[in-house]
Amino acid sequence: MRIELKKRDGLSSLFSILSPFIALGLTLIAGVILFLLLGKDPVKALYSFFIEPLTEVWSLHELAVKAAPLILIAVGLSICYRSNNWNIGAEGQFIIGAMAGSILPVMFHGWQSPLVLPLMLIFAMIGGAAYAAIPAFLKARLNTNEILTSLMLVYVAQLFLDWMVRGPWRNPEGFNFPETRNFHDYAVLPRIIETGKTHWGFGFALIAAIVLWFIMRRTLKGFEITVLGASARAGRFAGFSDKKMVYFAFLLSGALAGLAGISEVSGAIGQVRPVISPGYGFTAIIVAFLGRLNPLGIVAAGLVLALTYLGGEAAQISIGITDKVTRLFQGLLLFFVLGCDTLIHYRIRIVTGATQKGSAA
Amino acid sequence: MDMTQAIILTIMTAATPLLLAAIGELVVERSGVLNLGVEGMMIMGAVAAFAIAQITGSAGLGAIGGLIAGMLFSLLFGFLTLTLVANQVATGLALTILGLGLSGMIGEAFIGLPGLKLAAIEIPVLADIPFIGRLLFNQDPIFYMSIIAVIGVNWFLFKSRAGLRLRAIGDSHSSAHALGVKVVRTRYLAVMFGGACAGLAGAHLSIVYTPQWVENMTAGRGWIALALVVFASWRPTRVLAGAYLFGAVSIGQLHAQALGVGIPSQFLSALPYLATIAVLVIISLNRRMTLINTPASLGKSFVPER
Repeated sequence: MRIELKKRDGLSSLFSILSPFIALGLTLIAGVILFLLLGKDPVKALYSFFIEPLTEVWSLHELAVKAAPLILIAVGLSICYRSNNWNIGAEGQFIIGAMAGSILPVMFHGWQSPLVLPLMLIFAMIGGAAYAAIPAFLKARLNTNEILTSLMLVYVAQLFLDWMVRGPWRNPEGFNFPETRNFHDYAVLPRIIETGKTHWGFGFALIAAIVLWFIMRRTLKGFEITVLGASARAGRFAGFSDKKMVYFAFLLSGALAGLAGISEVSGAIGQVRPVISPGYGFTAIIVAFLGRLNPLGIVAAGLVLALTYLGGEAAQISIGITDKVTRLFQGLLLFFVLGCDTLIHYRIRIVTGATQKGSAA
Repeated sequence: MDMTQAIILTIMTAATPLLLAAIGELVVERSGVLNLGVEGMMIMGAVAAFAIAQITGSAGLGAIGGLIAGMLFSLLFGFLTLTLVANQVATGLALTILGLGLSGMIGEAFIGLPGLKLAAIEIPVLADIPFIGRLLFNQDPIFYMSIIAVIGVNWFLFKSRAGLRLRAIGDSHSSAHALGVKVVRTRYLAVMFGGACAGLAGAHLSIVYTPQWVENMTAGRGWIALALVVFASWRPTRVLAGAYLFGAVSIGQLHAQALGVGIPSQFLSALPYLATIAVLVIISLNRRMTLINTPASLGKSFVPER
C-alpha cells in the first residue's frame, strides 16, 4: 500500500476551510485513545478538558486572558511565516518586551502618573522589536540562519529575566522572594469590563488581528509580503526588497510579542516574576498555523489553544491527569494541522499493491 | 587520575550527545531534508532510555530503547514531510513541541528516582596507554558509538556509492529522481538514521551524563546540534571539532560557576547559547563557503512525478 499525491490545479477552497476542523477532529480522536490508555473515561475527560471551562463566566474571562498573548504573538508570526522569515524566538521577544515595559513601574515606582501606562506599552514594543532586530540584522546582513539565532535568544532572555528578578529588580520589601514590586495602580492594564478579569491585552489582540487582516488583504504591503514569501526572486523583480521585508516582519512580530509580554505582566500578573510565560511564544506558532496564517483565523485558533491551557488545569483537578497533557495536545494539533494542509494542495490517493500493478501494465 | 584528565573527561562527556545528534542531523540534511525536531527526538530518547532502564533494570537496554524511540519518533516527521510533503520547518517544530509534551507526560512517574548509569567498557591493553588510554579507551559505549558514527558517516558520504547517491539527492532531488535514484526511500532512511542518533544522544543524557529524569533536560542541546551542522558546513570531521568545542564551553562555564568567579550564574549559563550565535555568525561571514557546502535541495519538498 502506498500513498500517492496529485497536485491540484489550484488550491482547494473547500479544504482551505475544512482542514483546521479535520485537524481538530483528529486531535480529539487522539485524545480519546490517549485517555483510554490512561484508564480514564474519555467522555468525562474530554468534557472537563474542552467543555467545562466554557460553562462559567469567570472561566470565559480566563480564556480571554490566555488567548490575548497567543493571538497578539501569532498575528505577528503569521506575517513572518507568510514572508518566509522563520522567527521562532517570540518567547524571548515576549520576555524582553515585558521587561522593557516594566522599567518604569519597577525602577521608577515613585513616578505615578497617567503617562506611565502608555509609556510602558511603547517601551515594551520597542524592547520586543529591538530583540527581534538581532536575528533580523544577522539574517539580512550576513544570511545567518534566523531559526537558530532567534531560538537561542529565547534561552538568553529567560536567563536574563531570571537574573534581573532575583537580583537587581527584587522587591526590597518582599522578604527575599524572587519577584519585583507589585505594579502601582497607574501601571496596571485596566480590565475591559469591571466585572471580569479580561484586560485590554485582549482588546489589543483583536485590534492587531483586524489591522493586519486589512493590511494583508487590501494593501500593497500585504501583496509584497505574499510575493516575497512565495519567491524572493520574483519579489525582487517586482521591485520589492527582501532585506527590508526581513526587518519589517521581525520588528513587527517582535513589537507585538513585546506588547503581549507587557499586557501579561501588567494586566494578568501585576509584577515581574522569574517565569512569566507558560510557553506562549511557542504555542503561538501552533496558533499561527491552525489559523492558517490568516489574522482572523488566528483569533479563533488563539481561543482554541487558550482552551487547551484551561482544559489542562481543569482536567488535572477534576479527573486527576497531569497538566502535561496540554503540551501533548498542542503538539498533536500542530501535527494534524500540517498533515491536513496537504489536502489543500494535493489530492491524496491510497494505492494498494494490486492496482499499482494494474496501472503499470 | 589527574586534574587535566578529569576536565578533559567531563568535556568529552558533555560533547558526546551533541556530537551524536549533530552527526545524525548531518546525514539528514545531506539528503536535502531539514529536520528541526532534533530537540524533540532527543528528549524522547532520554525519557525512553531512562524509563526502560528503570523497568528492566538494565542501562544497556535503556540505551537501545532510547535509540529506537528516537527512530520511531522521527518516522512521524518522515511521514508528514516525505509522504504528505508538509512544510519541513513547521513539522520539525511540531516534532519538538510534541516531544517535549509527550516526554513530560511519560517522565512524570520517574521524577526524582535515582537512575541507572551505563557502565564504562575498558578496552584491554589500549586503556593502559598513559594519559590518553583512560580518556579514549575506558568510556561508556555511547561514546564509542559517537566516534564510530563520525568515522562511519565520513566514509559512507564520501567513499561509498550509496553515500554519493544520498548527496546527489540532497543537491538536486529532481535530477537524482530522473536518474532513477529512490529519493523518498533514501530520505526516509536518512531521517530514521538521524532519529536514531538523536535518540541515542538523549539516552546519553539520561543514563550517562546525569543519570536521572528531569523535564526538558535536553535544554536546547538539540538546537545546538542543528547549529553545529551549519557550523561544520556539513562535514563530519568538523562536527567532531565543533561538538568538542561546545563541550568545552559548557564545561568551562560550569567550572566557572563552581568557582564562583563573581559573574552571575545566569550569565554563565547563557554562554553556550551565545556561543552558538557567535559561531553561526562567524561561519556566515564566509558566504561563499556556506553557499558551496549547503545541500541545494535543503528544506525543499519533493513530489515524484509520474
